[in-house]
Amino acid sequence: MASVLTSVDDPVMEVQDLVTHYGAVQILRGVNMTVSPGEIMAIMGRSGSGKSTLLSYLLGLHRPTSGCVRLLGLDIARASAAELHELRKNIGVAFQGGAMFSSMTVGENIRLPLREHTKLDEKTMQIMTRMKLELVNLGGFEHLMPSQLSGGMLKRAALARAIIMDPKLLFFDEPSAGLDPVVAAELDELILRLRDALQMTIVVVTHELSSACKIADRIMILEKGCVLMTGTVDEVRNSENERIQAMLHRRPGTKEIDPDDYLQRLTRD
Amino acid sequence: MASPELKHPLLSVQQLGRTAVQAVEECGYVAALLVESLYWVVFGSVRHQPVRLPSIFSQMMTIGIGAIPIVFVLSFAVGVMLAIQGIHTLRIFGAESQVVIGIALSVTREFGPLITGVLIAGRSGSALAAQIGTMQVSQEIDALRVMGINPVRYLVSPALLAMLIMVPTLTFFSDLAALFGGAVYSTVELGLGVEAYLQQTLDVLAADDIMQGLIKSVVFAGIIALVGVSNGFSVTGGAEGVGRATTRAVVLSISYIVLADMVFTYFLNR
Repeated sequence: MASVLTSVDDPVMEVQDLVTHYGAVQILRGVNMTVSPGEIMAIMGRSGSGKSTLLSYLLGLHRPTSGCVRLLGLDIARASAAELHELRKNIGVAFQGGAMFSSMTVGENIRLPLREHTKLDEKTMQIMTRMKLELVNLGGFEHLMPSQLSGGMLKRAALARAIIMDPKLLFFDEPSAGLDPVVAAELDELILRLRDALQMTIVVVTHELSSACKIADRIMILEKGCVLMTGTVDEVRNSENERIQAMLHRRPGTKEIDPDDYLQRLTRD
Repeated sequence: MASPELKHPLLSVQQLGRTAVQAVEECGYVAALLVESLYWVVFGSVRHQPVRLPSIFSQMMTIGIGAIPIVFVLSFAVGVMLAIQGIHTLRIFGAESQVVIGIALSVTREFGPLITGVLIAGRSGSALAAQIGTMQVSQEIDALRVMGINPVRYLVSPALLAMLIMVPTLTFFSDLAALFGGAVYSTVELGLGVEAYLQQTLDVLAADDIMQGLIKSVVFAGIIALVGVSNGFSVTGGAEGVGRATTRAVVLSISYIVLADMVFTYFLNR
């Protein structure tokens, strides 16, 4: 099978000219990005900028119109089912709402990848589950159902499930959305600790500027399906691009209106 | 996209075409689901991604064992009802005692599988659609896929297999319950001995009659599982979408069951 493991300096993730459509509407218009090993990359953008769409294509949930996504050296659009299966054991994903299976306890949720992909005995799986739960500060919660957890706990439990297989690459969708500032800050700390402890490469999709500045090595800013800028936190802060400055200072965007188009929208059947 | 110049009749033709394409698409999707889930049942172990026995058993418990009381009550009631109607009709010809034959044949060939099918469609087909629909909405299906767990293998294969085992089993049980219902009423009404009733039933029934019911029930099982699952997977639009899919799953599977019943009855009796 094609290499899932890469040499030390090869990018963990590489996106080239990614173009995607939703029906007839073009969503991503040629996105390029690379993520190096051990890096934390934040994908930022306003609502509707295409960042959730980008994430779903990075995860291989849909087929792009054109362009390619390489994860750990494997082109996911051209990979065979067996290669993809192998690749997915090396990738962890924490979804925005947690996506914990509501019919299982937290512990069973976290153990599921182990149960499906390994032949470990029950006791070992239990110990590994508890270790990951301790890591995300949820020790002792393994017997609760997901519905009994708060928003922040759900995100941490989802994180524990995402890292149970010790993936090389971790995706985290909106870690701080819907959380109070203190819990959000704790989660940021946790992401940093995970990178240091487990040597993971982490891609975070977020719209929270403060969180991105705190954890990211580099930030990629998406707007209307295009990459506006990719750079370190300082480079982004010092950028003179008006739209980036507007985002940094939370200024509402000015919308240019084409009078003809506006009239047509109002009067059409 | 509908262009504004199109006149009304053309629009209806366009709508008809679109509906037809959708229907064909859905048929293809259901067929693909069936093939893929059977593929995992057969080749799962070879690819080190087996369909887990515990999931099959747990589905068998909810679909089958959990339905025993309600199947018994309804089938018993249908047996009694058949006896009442049969005796009433046959009295016209003064042939009340022939009711035993009527009950035995109509229960095993028709009412057992039909009642069980409709009941399981309402009870488990809807539950499947709701479960998978909710999982779709809350990104749990996506979570399965990115974990490298094929949702068809993990969710559909166990449900389909459990359905294919439990619906015929319940149908057989339903046959017994309905025959018992018929026996209770007939023996009381006609003053017939239970033993005589049983003997007459056994004399009339051939293995073929029971097999005919069981073959139909296997088809119903496939319909319930696939319609439930495909509606679940196609959910869009949050909780309302889940509600819509659940209702659609029940209505469609009951309709397909009745239609399939008619077709199979025709061919099995040629």
